[in-house]
Amino acid sequence: MEKMPKWADVVLIPVISLLLAGILSGLVILAIGEDPIKALWIMFDGAFGSKYNWGYTLYYATNFIFTGLAVAVAFHARMFNIGGEGQAALGGLGVALVCIFIPWPHWSLAILGAIVGSALFGAAWALIPAYLQAKRGSHIVITTIMFNFIASALLNYLLIGALKPIGMMEPATGKFPAATHLPSFHEMLAPLGISFSKGAPANISFLIAIAACVFVWALIWKTRLGYQIRQFGESESAARYAGTSPTKIILVSMTLSGALAGMMALNNVMGEAERLVMNATEGAGFIGIAVALMGRSHPVGVFLAAILFGALYQGGAILSQDTNIPVQLVLVIQALVIMLTGALDNMVRAPLEKMFLAFRRAPKPAPKPTPAE
Amino acid sequence: MTDILTLLDATLRLSTPLLLACLAGLFSERAGIFDIGLEGKMLVAAFLSAAFAAMTGNVWIGLLAGIGGSLILSAIHGLASITFRGNQLISGVAINFLASGITVLMAQAWFQQGGRTPSLTGNGRFDAITLPFANALAGVPVIGPIYSEVISGQTILVYVALAFVPLSWWVLFQTRFGLRLRAVGENPAAVDTAGVSVVGLRFAAVAICGVLCGVAGAYLSTGLQAGFVKEMTAGRGYIALAALIFAKWRPWYALYACLLFGFLQAFALRPDLIERWLHFKVQTQLLDVMPYILTIIILAGFVGKAIPPRAGGEPYVKER
Repeated sequence: MEKMPKWADVVLIPVISLLLAGILSGLVILAIGEDPIKALWIMFDGAFGSKYNWGYTLYYATNFIFTGLAVAVAFHARMFNIGGEGQAALGGLGVALVCIFIPWPHWSLAILGAIVGSALFGAAWALIPAYLQAKRGSHIVITTIMFNFIASALLNYLLIGALKPIGMMEPATGKFPAATHLPSFHEMLAPLGISFSKGAPANISFLIAIAACVFVWALIWKTRLGYQIRQFGESESAARYAGTSPTKIILVSMTLSGALAGMMALNNVMGEAERLVMNATEGAGFIGIAVALMGRSHPVGVFLAAILFGALYQGGAILSQDTNIPVQLVLVIQALVIMLTGALDNMVRAPLEKMFLAFRRAPKPAPKPTPAE
Repeated sequence: MTDILTLLDATLRLSTPLLLACLAGLFSERAGIFDIGLEGKMLVAAFLSAAFAAMTGNVWIGLLAGIGGSLILSAIHGLASITFRGNQLISGVAINFLASGITVLMAQAWFQQGGRTPSLTGNGRFDAITLPFANALAGVPVIGPIYSEVISGQTILVYVALAFVPLSWWVLFQTRFGLRLRAVGENPAAVDTAGVSVVGLRFAAVAICGVLCGVAGAYLSTGLQAGFVKEMTAGRGYIALAALIFAKWRPWYALYACLLFGFLQAFALRPDLIERWLHFKVQTQLLDVMPYILTIIILAGFVGKAIPPRAGGEPYVKER
């Protein structure tokens, strides 16, 4: 018998975890001598107060949808891909190479090329740890952490050397050609007669992120491969018994995860910066962990959690401009969400389960006999 | 010659925080608790040590505060991974984020210097200690300069770290506590059957890990440098994890691995030496990531196999 209804597991627990994280963050704000209610209001207004702010919130959310989906897909195979940061960085390299070295006639073709480039590079960066896990048994968490550092050093090296245009001081690539410019929300909505903020960086890759959500949902719940991934995640021995190759599942789920993380570069590198700069990912790969945990590894949950974290990042940035609260407050909130929805899940869950069991017993002492499960 | 000596001196300095964190991880992982939160604990300890040393002017109070802060994070990690049987890796990730956020928040609230502490001077820092006969032996060829320039003249925490190597070996491999601690990382059910508390042992291991990370962090901000700056651990917690795998979860090998990684870090700071000695340019980025590449090669099983404690990462559930 289920210990509690599904809606409680899917909605109630994340909401309670979020409330707890909010209360604890409020205490932190109080402890550094600021007003938590006022801070919350500034953050909310900063995230949603205007079209411009919305544009930033959705821009950040696009990043987090990609990295959140990446972590979620790996979670389904019970792999913890902590290397989204490195894979997204490599995805940026893929996008940069595609945009700089191929003369695209129009953005609609360039974005297809960039999708392939970013996904390939991200996937390749996840493939090596996946191979080592599948064939050599080295722990995926450790190898993906190491690959994050190697990726950052590699990009560092390339941006100081080979990819930097001659005569430029800043370690970055040159500006991508104008033909690779992705339409921003402003440009997309103007023909429809809707005005959107011109300066906000939200762009068409938000729609690709939504498409990725649909793709992941269909893959995980509607295909044989998705079934095998979930089966492997639930029980490796059962998967083996059913004839599923663990090597295949590890490799496929991790390359898919890496490809999704890499595709984040469509948004931040191609859509916003339009060139590759140092540390372009800005930790979005790690936020994917919080987003996937909060979203319960479901594309709908990931989408909502990504919007929430997008708002948090944009709101946090405004908060640090308007008050003395540093932007690192967002890191604290992020840590609390990861802790409460991930590691301390049982702490939130156990009392709720007890409560539901008690409620269920109380009104009808003799529950109806249910078919054996 | 002087270049070699300064390089070795830097090696020892830079190896010290790695060694302390590596031994911290060793205790935790030997007891079956994975800890990727070493970085965060060091960071919080580095901040609190520098903050309390700056406010009181006494570095020892700073050290205690650092250890205290690190222990609090250890307690959270223990609560999540032992008491509530949560995912140890996720807990570690959360602790790292918590540390990078909270240190800047507190630094800004306490000192208003953009996430750093005031520079430490005088008694706010650990002083260099001149070992006995350092000056007398300086004239002896080879050994003399190494003793007087490299080994002597470090801060006390360097010697503490070095002393922890045999101490850890003794505790883990020569005492009953150590045997039980290792057993709880290999087969907690057996330890439980023998009537020894799995939870107690694991909490003890996590607490030892907290103390050692605390010393490591304190060394960073009060020994190696004079004050805290944000993100000053700069991935050292992860390099320590790499060293731990490189050392295959053994104390003496941990010393060698950390000295090697410290040497690479010291070398990366002096690209001019590489060019002069090897007559070609080595990218500092390559030296920076050498610890990770070496560890991946080890992990891939190309050079001997690194086998972690068998029950590592798994919460112990008593009733089946």
